Amino acid sequence: MSFGILEFLKSLIDLTVFDYMRGVWGDQRFVEPVLDLIGALVVSTFCLLIVIFLIWLERKVIARMQDRIGPNRVGGKFGLLQTVADVLKLLSKEMITPAAADWWPYNLAPLLIVIASLLMWAVLPFAPGVLGVDLNIGLFYVLAVSSISVVSLLLAGWGSNNKYALLGAYRSIAQLVSYEVPMILSLLVPILLASSMSTIDIINAQTVPFILVVPISALIFFISALAETGRTPFDLLEADSEIVAGFHIEYGGMKFGMFFLAEFIGTLFMSGLFATVYLGGYRLFGLEEFVTGGGWALGRLLGLVVFFIKMFAVYFVFIWVRGTLPRFRIDQMLNFNWKFLVPLTLALVLMVAVVEKLPFMASLGDVSRAGVHLFANLLLGLVTLEILRRFARKQRMAQEEKLAARAAVNSGSEPGNLAPEAVAAH
Amino acid sequence: MENQILVDYLPLAVLLLIAVIIAVIIPVLSLNLGPKRPTARKQAPYESGMTPIGEAQRRFPVKFYRIAVLFILFDVDIILLVPWAVSFRELGYYGLVAMLIFMAVFIIGDVWVWKKGILEWE
Amino acid sequence: MGNPILFLILAAVAVIAAVMMVRSRNAIYSALFLVLNFVTIAVLYLILNAPFIAMVQITVYAGAIMVLFLFVIMLLGAEKLQGFEESSKGQLWIAAFLAVVLIATFAVALIQGDPSSSGAVAGLDSSPSNLGLHLFKAYVFPFELTGVLLLAAMIGVVVLSRNSAKRGKDA
Repeated sequence: MSFGILEFLKSLIDLTVFDYMRGVWGDQRFVEPVLDLIGALVVSTFCLLIVIFLIWLERKVIARMQDRIGPNRVGGKFGLLQTVADVLKLLSKEMITPAAADWWPYNLAPLLIVIASLLMWAVLPFAPGVLGVDLNIGLFYVLAVSSISVVSLLLAGWGSNNKYALLGAYRSIAQLVSYEVPMILSLLVPILLASSMSTIDIINAQTVPFILVVPISALIFFISALAETGRTPFDLLEADSEIVAGFHIEYGGMKFGMFFLAEFIGTLFMSGLFATVYLGGYRLFGLEEFVTGGGWALGRLLGLVVFFIKMFAVYFVFIWVRGTLPRFRIDQMLNFNWKFLVPLTLALVLMVAVVEKLPFMASLGDVSRAGVHLFANLLLGLVTLEILRRFARKQRMAQEEKLAARAAVNSGSEPGNLAPEAVAAH
Repeated sequence: MENQILVDYLPLAVLLLIAVIIAVIIPVLSLNLGPKRPTARKQAPYESGMTPIGEAQRRFPVKFYRIAVLFILFDVDIILLVPWAVSFRELGYYGLVAMLIFMAVFIIGDVWVWKKGILEWE
Repeated sequence: MGNPILFLILAAVAVIAAVMMVRSRNAIYSALFLVLNFVTIAVLYLILNAPFIAMVQITVYAGAIMVLFLFVIMLLGAEKLQGFEESSKGQLWIAAFLAVVLIATFAVALIQGDPSSSGAVAGLDSSPSNLGLHLFKAYVFPFELTGVLLLAAMIGVVVLSRNSAKRGKDA
């Protein structure tokens, strides 16, 4: 096959350009490495550029939610170039390594975290046939890479030689490590339903998107994704008002920018992963297989659009949560994980496994099976809510009893010390 | 036969290379664009404007360590479940029962840890 | 083994990282070299056609166990580890003796072992689903025993933590 500029442009729009170039170059040794190189460059550049947009989006949306205007000076009425200006500012700042810091851990940490956040994208399918590599251990690869970023945080906290930084690092590790447990457990459910860890297989298994099959798993994954990316309400590892930004307090200029960059890339990746695993990725009523006349196969392009809409919808929910909820305390954060999320997810995995193996399930079609799972999930949700309500009532009553006892003691032994109204107001 | 796994994982290696290059370029770029005027005050640890007192890298509460140990136990447990989840279809009832026994042992330990108050955060 | 050059490079990196880990004066640097060592070994698993094991190696060792090590280092205070080696003088000789025993075992295994068996291992289907089938069919008893082992570890956590809590109250 010879090279034609028109066919090349057409394959660009079809997103089949790699297949086209394979056809043109034929079976030569350099073809795959070169195509991989191009693909890696495209993905990395996309990640770096989209962050500029994401930061602007977040500031704008949060501002609107808080009844402010947000950036509106640089780059026209909507402040579109505000982040570009910020990036330039960060780039032109002095690189400081504090005198007391440990040079290698301190400077290695931002590099490691950026590398880890970029590496995760390799297994995320953007459109049919458009992904880095379809591994049969896809989701597990994501977990392995994200465990590297934990080490990076610890290095940053320790290397900075600062009390706030170290305290922030401890909190970060406790949080990231704890929430990794419900995250992997909740991902076990889609893995189980699809019988595969490959992202492509999981998308193919979603005749009904998994969010409608196992909504509890989706909810738990979303909550642990919030915690893993350190976003509100789980931002106690940065907690500007207590430990002034936590583990990256000693980082300035572009080194701080790299932590910021990794955080945004990580959040967008989690949105993309949620869209892939629970919302069916690029699939939407068979739109991704759309073919028009004249040899145009626009399915891939449509799939890409569908995926991006889903991904950004999830991302918007991330911002929404940030605009709505206050911050957890560390004991609340850990209790919520170990005493609520982990037992609930364990119960969920067991339940899904048992339901999947019910004798009549084998004879049912995809949609009816999804219905049975959905029913079981809702049942589990109701039971959980009921247990929570009983627990809350017990706690409230214990609290009231304690207050009543204190009021009795106060009015008995120290009369006149506290007015009865003041006690009642407790 | 060429090693198939190396061919499969080549894109990862390439992406790793690009990621490392990007992660190195960013600070190097900033290093060249930014000024270099270090002063003692500027390089001192930040402590809300106070002169730092004592070592920063000092000991910390054992409860963080406890969380890390618990995490490893859960991590190993879940990782053993991953191959089970993937081959769940082919394993049949037998696999389900084997896993339920395994999980029962683990959950007993879990409940016990909870009752002993190890999960409390003082 | 698919690619001897790649293997030699990785092996060299792993050995150098291990040596640097032992030689390093700073405990945090030792931990960093250990991470490098773990990751290299993960890649070695990968070229042995065992991607799942490779990812487990990174998740459990380079992730979880490493966090535990770093916590222990911080628990003790990194500076306190210096000057530790003088306390045990016979250690060097014991280590040397054990190293010789290890090398001898390897040599015997290499001479007596059947080189063709390694090819059979490399040819196995190492996909996670096949791994699961093997784990639950042929090795289900060890699998259940692992559950008991994890339970024992949990009991260990409880005992250790309770002791430290009691001591904290006494002090």
